[in-house]
Amino acid sequence: MSAEKMLPQIIKNMGVKLLLDKAHVPGIRFFETYRKEGGYQAVEKALKQMDPASIVEEVKKSGVRGRGGAGFPAGMKWSFIAKPEGVPRHLVCNADESEPGTFKDRYLMEFLPHLLIEGLIISSFALGSNDTYIYIRGEYAWIVDILEQAIDEAKAAGFLGKNILGTGFDCNIYVQRGAGAYICGEETALIESLEGKRGNPRIKPPFPAIEGLWKRPTVVNNVETLAAVVPIINMGGDEYAKIGVGRSTGTKLISACGNINKPGVYEIEMTLSVEEFLYSDEYCGGIANGKRLKACIPGGSSVPILPANLLLKTAKGETRLMNYESLSDGGFATGSMMGSGGFIVLDEDQCIVKNTYTLARFYRHESCGQCSPCREGTGWMEKILKNIDTGKGKMSDIDLLWDIQRKIEGNTICPLGDAAAWPVAAAIRHFRDEFEWHVNHPEEAQKRNYGLAHYADPIHVPA
Amino acid sequence: MSEQTLFKVTIDNITIEVPAGTTILNAARKIGGDIAPPAMCYYSKLEGSGGKCRTCLVEVSKGSEKDPRPMPKLVASCRTTVMDGMEVKNITSDRVIDARNGVVEFLLINHPLDCPVCDQAGECHLQDLSYEHGKAGTRYEFQRRTFKKHDLGDKIQLHMTRCILCYRCVFTADQLTGKREHGVLDRGDHAEIATYIEKNLDNEFIGNVIDVCPVGALTDKTFRFKNRVWFLKPVDAHRDCPTCSGKVTLWNRGDEVYRVTARKDQWGEVEDWICNTCRFDKKQTSDWVIEGPRLIDRHSVIAQGHYAGTVGTHKPTETFEAVHAGRQPKLLMDIHSISEVNQTNITLSKLDRPAHSTDFNHNKD
Repeated sequence: MSAEKMLPQIIKNMGVKLLLDKAHVPGIRFFETYRKEGGYQAVEKALKQMDPASIVEEVKKSGVRGRGGAGFPAGMKWSFIAKPEGVPRHLVCNADESEPGTFKDRYLMEFLPHLLIEGLIISSFALGSNDTYIYIRGEYAWIVDILEQAIDEAKAAGFLGKNILGTGFDCNIYVQRGAGAYICGEETALIESLEGKRGNPRIKPPFPAIEGLWKRPTVVNNVETLAAVVPIINMGGDEYAKIGVGRSTGTKLISACGNINKPGVYEIEMTLSVEEFLYSDEYCGGIANGKRLKACIPGGSSVPILPANLLLKTAKGETRLMNYESLSDGGFATGSMMGSGGFIVLDEDQCIVKNTYTLARFYRHESCGQCSPCREGTGWMEKILKNIDTGKGKMSDIDLLWDIQRKIEGNTICPLGDAAAWPVAAAIRHFRDEFEWHVNHPEEAQKRNYGLAHYADPIHVPA
Repeated sequence: MSEQTLFKVTIDNITIEVPAGTTILNAARKIGGDIAPPAMCYYSKLEGSGGKCRTCLVEVSKGSEKDPRPMPKLVASCRTTVMDGMEVKNITSDRVIDARNGVVEFLLINHPLDCPVCDQAGECHLQDLSYEHGKAGTRYEFQRRTFKKHDLGDKIQLHMTRCILCYRCVFTADQLTGKREHGVLDRGDHAEIATYIEKNLDNEFIGNVIDVCPVGALTDKTFRFKNRVWFLKPVDAHRDCPTCSGKVTLWNRGDEVYRVTARKDQWGEVEDWICNTCRFDKKQTSDWVIEGPRLIDRHSVIAQGHYAGTVGTHKPTETFEAVHAGRQPKLLMDIHSISEVNQTNITLSKLDRPAHSTDFNHNKD
C-alpha cells in the first residue's frame, strides 16, 4: 500500500488513544478514580449484555493481534480453546516482559493496573476461566503489590470473586512472580514455571489451547492484548478494526529507547510512519545530541536490526509505517518485524559488532539448555562475536557465524533459538563491512567506531 | 474393542501402515535400516522423553491426505505423530542432512575427545552418530566447558563434561525410582546434571541411568577402567530376583563377570529394567543362569573379533560360484599359502582373547 493513499486516514485518526487516554489522570491507579473515569463499564457490558461467544466474536472482528511479539490474531487463538466437559479452563496473562528494549507492559501495569484487571475479567468470562493467573517477571517486584492492590479493590467492589455483578460468574485472579528467566516468557515455559517446575518450553503440539496449565485448556495472552479487550468491548470490534490499516488494527504501545531525545512508552496508531515516530516532537523527538541515525531494532532485541536507509523507507522506496505489515515488508532480506514493540535506536557512535555481541551474550545466558542447537549454538556465537569485538577475529569467523545461526534457526523447540539467530543474521546481512573492518583493523577497532559509513545513504531502487 | 485406525505414511518413498498415534520415528523404526532417524534423547520406555536433541529432525513434505501442505520447519520425528497420507523425508532430504550435521557439530563442540579413556567407547551413541553424520575436523576454537565435579556415590560415576543433556536419566529417576534425587541445575550451556546438595544416588533402580545414558556421562563405577567393552563377551543370563525381572546381559571375559547390564534392543533401548542388586552386586557366574550369547549388531565394534557364527557374525557363505554364474575359475590360488599375514595354522576366532603378537612370533621360528 502506498503512503499517499493512507494520508487522509492518518490525519483523521491522528493521536487516537485507547489504552493510555486516561494515563495522565491523577490517582488513576486506584479503583475509585478509574471507576469515575468510566472504568469497568466494559465488564458491566460484557457480563450483563453479552455471552462468552459474542465476546470472542467481537475480539475476532476487532482483528487485534497478539501484542507479545508473534502477532497472532487474539480472537482466533481464543476460538481454538478446547472445551472438554468438566475440565476447568484457564486464562494466563503473560506479564513476563523480558525482551530487551521492551517496557510497555510495565508502564501499563504500573500506571493503569485496573485496565488490565478489567480486560482480564472480560477475557476470563469469554474463555470460561474461573482461576486466572498473571505471571509477572520477578524483577517487577513492586508491580506485584500494585496489581494485588488493584485486585483487592476490584474484589471489594464486586468485580471479582464469587457471583460477579450477580451474573453467577466466579473469577479469581492470582499474581505469580517469575524468578527472572527470560525463557519463562515463552508460553509453554511460562506454564511449566507456573506449575512449579523448571521453566523449560514444552514440545508442541499439544498446544496450550488443548493441554496447557495442569493439562487443562489454557490461553496465554500478553498484558497489552488483554488490556485492549476493554476498548474493543466498549466501542465494538468493528469500530476498533477501523483504526489502523490492513491487518494491523487498533493502537499499539511502543517502548522507545536508545539514542533518542524522548525515550518512553507511546501509544500509536499503526498508520504512523517510522520517520514521524522517530523525529516528531510528539514521539521520540529525534536522535539525541544532534547525532545521525545509524540503525534501529524496531521490535525488541529478537527482531532483525535495520540500517537507517532501510528503516525509514522500504526497499521498494515506500515510506515504512509502524505496523506489522510495513515493518516486515521485504522479509528478512530488507525488512524486520513489529515484535513486542521495543523500539531501540542506535546513533552513529554505536558499534554494531558490540551491539550484536551484547545481544548474543544475552541469549546465551537465557537459553534454557534443553535442545542442542540453542544450548551450544548461542554460546559459540557469543564467543566468536567476542573475539571479533576485541580484535581477535578472523575473516572466516563471519561466515562461520552465518552458518551457526543458520543451523540454529528453525531447528529448536521454542522461538528462543530463532530470536538468538535473527539479530546475528541481520547484523551480518546489513553490516557485513563493519564486521570485516573489525577483522581487518583489529587495533583501530579498539580505539574508534566504524561510524555511520554508508548506512544512511539512499538505496537505489530499480525502476 | 473396535478395530484400530491405521494411517498410511510414506517415509523416504517407503509406504507403511501404522496405528494412529504412532510417531514418525517409530513408524520409521518399523521400516528399519537407514530410514530410522538417529535419536539421542528419545527413549520409547520413558514417558515425556524426546524432542530435545534434535538429531531426529525430518522434513514433512506432505502433512496428510486432508491437508497436504508441507510443514514449514523440520520436525522432531520422535514427538510428531503421523497423519494419514503423510509423506516424510529423512535421508532423502538435503535439508535434513544439513540440519543433522549441524546438530552433531553442536553436540560435539563441547564434548571432550576422551573416547580412548571413556568406558562408554564402543557402545556410545554419540560415537556412532558422529561417525555417521559428523565431520573429522572441528570449527570450534575455544576451550571446551568444564564443570565442578559431583560425586554420586560409590556405584555411579558422573562425567558432566560428556553429558549432552538428553534428560533420559532424569526421566528414569522420576519414573522408575521412588524418589528422584538428581536433576538439571542451572540453564543454557552451563546446565548440568547433579544432586543439588552433594548426595549419593542409591535408589533401588537408579542404576538404570547408566544404561539409558547415550554417552559416557553416567558410567558404572564397579566396572570403571576394568576393561574395554569390545574385549568382553556378552551373554544373556537370568536369576530369580525378588526385585526385578532378573533378565540381564553379563559381560564376561573368560569366566569372570566384568559387568552386568540390562538387555538392550537394536535401538539401544533397555528391554527390562534391572535392579541395583543385579547390576552391581551379582558378579559371580554362579549367581546366574546363562542362556547363551547375546546377539550383537554385527556392525558394532563389540561384535568384532571372536565369536564367529555365535554372536551376531556369520561365516560367509560360499559366494564364489554365484558370482561366477556357475563357471569354474581358471586359476585358483589360496591366499593363505602366499600371505605372511594370514597364516593358515592360526585361527583367530578360536583364541579366547584378543590376538597378540606372541601368537604369531612362534610361527616365525
